[in-house]
Amino acid sequence: MTQITCILCPKGCRLKVDEENDYKVTGYSCEKGKAYGRDELMHPVRVVTSTVRAEGGAHRRCPVKTNGSIPRDKMFDAMRLLDGIVLESPVKRGQVVVKDILGTGIDFVATRDL
Amino acid sequence: MMKEYQLIVVGGGPAGLAAACKAYESGLRDILIIERDKEAGGILNQCIHNGFGLHYFKEELTGPEYAGRFIDSVRETSAEVLLDTMVLQVTEGDGGVKLVHCVGAKDGYQILRAKTVVLSMGCRERTRGAIGIPGARPAGVFTAGAAQRYLNMEGYMVGRRVVILGSGDIGLIMARRMTLEGAKVLACVEVMPYSGGLTRNIVQCLEDYGIPLYLSHTIVDVVGRERVERVVVAKVDENRRPIPGTEMTFDCDTILLSVGLIPENELTRGAGITMDPRTNGAVVYENMETSLPGVFACGNVVHVHDLVDFVTQESQRAGAAAARHVLEGAADAEGAISVETGGAVGYTVPQKIRVGNLPGKTCDLFFRVRRIFGDSVIRVTAENGEVIAQYPREHMAPGEMEHIMLPKVRLEKAGGKITVSAEEKEENAQ
Repeated sequence: MTQITCILCPKGCRLKVDEENDYKVTGYSCEKGKAYGRDELMHPVRVVTSTVRAEGGAHRRCPVKTNGSIPRDKMFDAMRLLDGIVLESPVKRGQVVVKDILGTGIDFVATRDL
Repeated sequence: MMKEYQLIVVGGGPAGLAAACKAYESGLRDILIIERDKEAGGILNQCIHNGFGLHYFKEELTGPEYAGRFIDSVRETSAEVLLDTMVLQVTEGDGGVKLVHCVGAKDGYQILRAKTVVLSMGCRERTRGAIGIPGARPAGVFTAGAAQRYLNMEGYMVGRRVVILGSGDIGLIMARRMTLEGAKVLACVEVMPYSGGLTRNIVQCLEDYGIPLYLSHTIVDVVGRERVERVVVAKVDENRRPIPGTEMTFDCDTILLSVGLIPENELTRGAGITMDPRTNGAVVYENMETSLPGVFACGNVVHVHDLVDFVTQESQRAGAAAARHVLEGAADAEGAISVETGGAVGYTVPQKIRVGNLPGKTCDLFFRVRRIFGDSVIRVTAENGEVIAQYPREHMAPGEMEHIMLPKVRLEKAGGKITVSAEEKEENAQ
């Protein structure tokens, strides 16, 4: 049994998810919350944002993000892929920085023009 | 005779950009945005995390992406953007013209003329000096936003072992950011019995990384000669006084402060505009106009928002109103209803409503409650005590801004003032 806080609305329901019992969710007050509790325990995913080195632009760092959610337990490995990357200006918003992160099919993309 | 702008916008952050775009859409052509940084976008440029735009764009964007979209929109208009330029003063000239005194590296000191002004200077972080943390004065104490700028834009790692004071959203975001960059965030310490940040941030920035949140705790000592070496944290009682014997020590080299934001209103005060001590921003009418006709204010300079999406909407109201002021003439200030607060409502924006000036059938009203509410009801009462509108809420917290829409037909019969209050429903009042 794991207790988590639902993040779908400001109420912040304390959900209880029973892994032993087919991920049964209790403590929710809407159907969305029930689904969130189950997903969050079975396969939690996150968007990761960070920066990479940038040269020739107005700033020394260029912000990047994953263009979709990746498994939560791959966040730190994904971060390591950004080490050593150097972008040269001009950088366009949406430009792919790392393709197919750890086989997820998700890319790191630049989030600003630089 | 110098050029007279239809509108000068002070500040090129999300508020200023949205106001300028909307003013253009509403028919203005001579618009100038003055920004003191070397680029537009404001604080969004350093907020590289995602979660922006869910309400306005119906998708999750990062700060730079949200800013980028508005910067692109402004480029499609005839609005000019004057960068690297700081506005020093806004005064009134003959015939109600606004004089905007500014200084920049390129053009030096100049006084620009405008029919209307939108004030969108945003806010500043509360610093260590403002909250009086005891202890030594070593290096390593940053506001969370300053650390965010160093890390995300300048490329400096500000520390390795971090304690965060305050649970505002920027502090929570920085807890995650520092952790992902390899720092150890030892604790987030909040003096209040509840968090000041959004639930989503508590979960995704602290709980994801096992960072403990100590509610009703504060820093009672900072130790270190050159650099922070450790901090002492203690539990506080209901009067926020440290309880002796509850001290914990954390060995750390960095303290990040996320202890509140203060609207930056030197220009507003300097212009003699009426201020609201509850928001630290200008008193505004329903269209974001201040007490000085033709001068509007929007975004965090009026009241601190949780979400940029709401800043955008508010600023569009200000931009549209500035256009209306130029194209159709000043609003009639007669018969404004003043909005009072009761029952744990901390403030409201707007503070005054000119019913005749409302463009639609409703008036948007924003406010914050001063404590956490369960199943409750927001009541709006007329001058004679009659309830003119009520809105049920399952949950309210000081960290989440509330929004209600008051029907114009009810306001027309409300008299000279209305009161907004919040109450727990009877059955769970205990």
